[in-house]
Amino acid sequence: MIRIAAETPWYELFSRGARDWLRHNQKVREAVKGSLPEILSGDDLLSAPGGNRTVMVPVKFLEHARFRLAEAASQQGAGQGRGEPGDVLQPGRQEGERAAQSGGTENGEIRFVVEMKLDEIIDWVWEELKLPDLKPKRTSTMDEPDYVREGWDRRGARSRLDRRRTMKEAVKRRAIQENPVAIVNEDLRFRQLVKRPTPSTNAAVMFALDVSGSMDEAQRKLAKQFFFFALQGIRRQYAKVETVFLAHAAQAWEFEEREFFQASSSGGTVSSCVFQLGLEVMRTRYDPGRYNVYFFYASDGENAAEDREPAAAALKSLAELTNYAGYVETGGIATFRPRETQLAEMFHELQAAGMPVGMSPLGSQDDVWRAIREFFKERAADD
Amino acid sequence: MTELEQYADSIEQLARRLGLDYYDVDFEVAPASLMTEIAVYGLPVRMPHWSFGVRYIHQLVRQSMGHSKIFEVMFPGDPCRAFLMDGNSLADNTLVTAHVLGHADFAKNNELFARFHAMAGGNIVEHAAAHAQRIQQAIDSFGLEKVEAVLDAALALESHVDVGGELHRARYAEFAPERKAARQTDFQKRFGQLPGTPEPLQQEPGPVRAAIPPHPEFDLLWFIAHYAPELEQWERDIFLAVRAESLYFYPVFACQIMNEGWASYWHARLLREADFLPQPLYVAALKSHSDVVRPYAAGQETALAINPYHLGFTLWEHVVDKHGMARAREVMHEEDDFGFIRNFLDRELADKLDLFVYEASSGDEIKVLNRDLDAIREAILAPKFNYGAPRVAVTELRNDGSLDLKHEHASDGRGLDLNRAKRVLDYTRRVWRRPVRLHTVNERGESHELAA
Repeated sequence: MIRIAAETPWYELFSRGARDWLRHNQKVREAVKGSLPEILSGDDLLSAPGGNRTVMVPVKFLEHARFRLAEAASQQGAGQGRGEPGDVLQPGRQEGERAAQSGGTENGEIRFVVEMKLDEIIDWVWEELKLPDLKPKRTSTMDEPDYVREGWDRRGARSRLDRRRTMKEAVKRRAIQENPVAIVNEDLRFRQLVKRPTPSTNAAVMFALDVSGSMDEAQRKLAKQFFFFALQGIRRQYAKVETVFLAHAAQAWEFEEREFFQASSSGGTVSSCVFQLGLEVMRTRYDPGRYNVYFFYASDGENAAEDREPAAAALKSLAELTNYAGYVETGGIATFRPRETQLAEMFHELQAAGMPVGMSPLGSQDDVWRAIREFFKERAADD
Repeated sequence: MTELEQYADSIEQLARRLGLDYYDVDFEVAPASLMTEIAVYGLPVRMPHWSFGVRYIHQLVRQSMGHSKIFEVMFPGDPCRAFLMDGNSLADNTLVTAHVLGHADFAKNNELFARFHAMAGGNIVEHAAAHAQRIQQAIDSFGLEKVEAVLDAALALESHVDVGGELHRARYAEFAPERKAARQTDFQKRFGQLPGTPEPLQQEPGPVRAAIPPHPEFDLLWFIAHYAPELEQWERDIFLAVRAESLYFYPVFACQIMNEGWASYWHARLLREADFLPQPLYVAALKSHSDVVRPYAAGQETALAINPYHLGFTLWEHVVDKHGMARAREVMHEEDDFGFIRNFLDRELADKLDLFVYEASSGDEIKVLNRDLDAIREAILAPKFNYGAPRVAVTELRNDGSLDLKHEHASDGRGLDLNRAKRVLDYTRRVWRRPVRLHTVNERGESHELAA
């Protein structure tokens, strides 16, 4: 007997396929964490305003692995149709064609794009690296007086009338009076303001980049990634963060972010000029008394020999004013160096003298994380 | 009664008259979304796993590109359960009803299907739903991550079951068969010791613990479920659930050509003899039939994969023509695809179907290799060996609890894909909780050991 059941509508209630698909996407997101630095290298990542920024990340499907035989040099199969032994059904591709094709999708593989919130990504990074939050300077000059609400008074400006409080007073009064009037002047309550010093929550971040001929594309890219994460770390902590981009070779310039990473110059390396420019910027725009200033510098470390003294002096005065000065040395691990570079020496000296500076080599993708961890750990230890 | 129900009833009476013998079939008309899910999961209600999500999207993409159309899904059992797609035309669904009856007949009478039916009972669909529910409970109590780790391992080893084995299989005997002490000959008795010394104590050898496993064990799911050093009960439950479902899928896998061919033969025959169907409906259904059993995609003259519906259908017509229906039913009872292809795909049929063996080289050049009959048969059957998976066996459970696996590369012809194998070991290790090693060969044929 064949029974044809009536349609059962519960199927429509939820889709198991969609449920497992969402779980897959969740796993993809987790997998993407591992390759964050490569993903985040857009043009205007650093200066674009914070908030709900997202990045689109192209990803492949996850594969649930099974035991499978290794790919054979040639595969046989059964087919059907015309053709004599030896007939070619599909010509082999030329080498050039194959290369061109592999740039697209391989084997009709489906790719898709996930949209990720930048803030979410940064939070992951901080969780992953177990980084502490930054603390603002606690010097008295940092304090910025602000008006804070505190208490009530019977007199005050109309705009600060606290209606809720006033009504409460009126209710209390009416409860003990006979034939009470709805509201009298004595019921009115006004909010009071007092002056309170609060720590400043503004930060300025200066990024300085050595653009002399010795810095190649890969080194700059690493520097850029490092800058990006350093900035994000600072953004997590401060309400308002402003950025300054300084580049230098034999002399220093200020740039917009967009041009910053394209800037290049032949000629020698004179680091003192960028430290001077940093000081200048602080003097004119970011008073260290009101701003938490961070200075990050990326260079390959080779400074002109005759610039040693001026650079050391400028760096010292810079380090005295900033919350922190960090230095990443590109190519540091990959290339063999007989000795410490001049800049590394300078930073080490300051560090030994107890100044808030730090340095880290930046030779590969992993070093970006190492540098971030180093700098932010030190900051917490200082406080 | 709807029109479809009327036709279905009449077709069924016709089928019984023509000798089809099957358990009742519950038909259900389901929306396209559910049909897609059933095709992806293999069962109407099945355990959750992210890998099904990937297959689901692939299926949706294929459907949206028109590469795949689902007509019916049928689950053998008592009763059988069949799902018809509500979007299909009356003609299509009439055809599908007849097709499903062919499957139902096959599932009741084929030896492989009947064997599983005898072991598991006829309600695996309900069992699978119960598995899914228990797994959901495990997720609620132990968390998704933990359950997923177990499913990652169990589903990765899904095909590694002993398809000839029992569903409920006992553990190995704990002790090796007792060995009798060697009998002493008179000569040994006399000269084995000096005269006057006391008789030596008769030492009983006592029971000897058997090695685990006593022989290379290919049923990896069963072995892990029973011998993993620290497996929780709910984890064992998941492994055994995956194993039960895998054993259920095996007959469908191993008899695909026969089964689809048998169902196609019967839907064609039932429709041909169903004089109660209106002519336009019959013509429309026949059109669907020829779409299903055609060898090539429209507008093409060769195909690099053989349509199992087409091959099976042609083979069954050939068998019925040549040997009669009684013999055909015998064949249907006894064989699986291996026997069916090797015994009944003959020269005449291979020529008629234009079958050939092709070779695809790494440069993507594909050429016709030959039309040798044995080569054709083996090329058709090659993807079906060992449930389509490489032969991997447990060789030793070491004293420290670590697990040794061995890939039988000699019979498989080459080594494993090392990358994937490593990941499967990683999955397995999380469940086994001790080191896991796998011996195979690398691409140069040198011995290679992976460990996790």
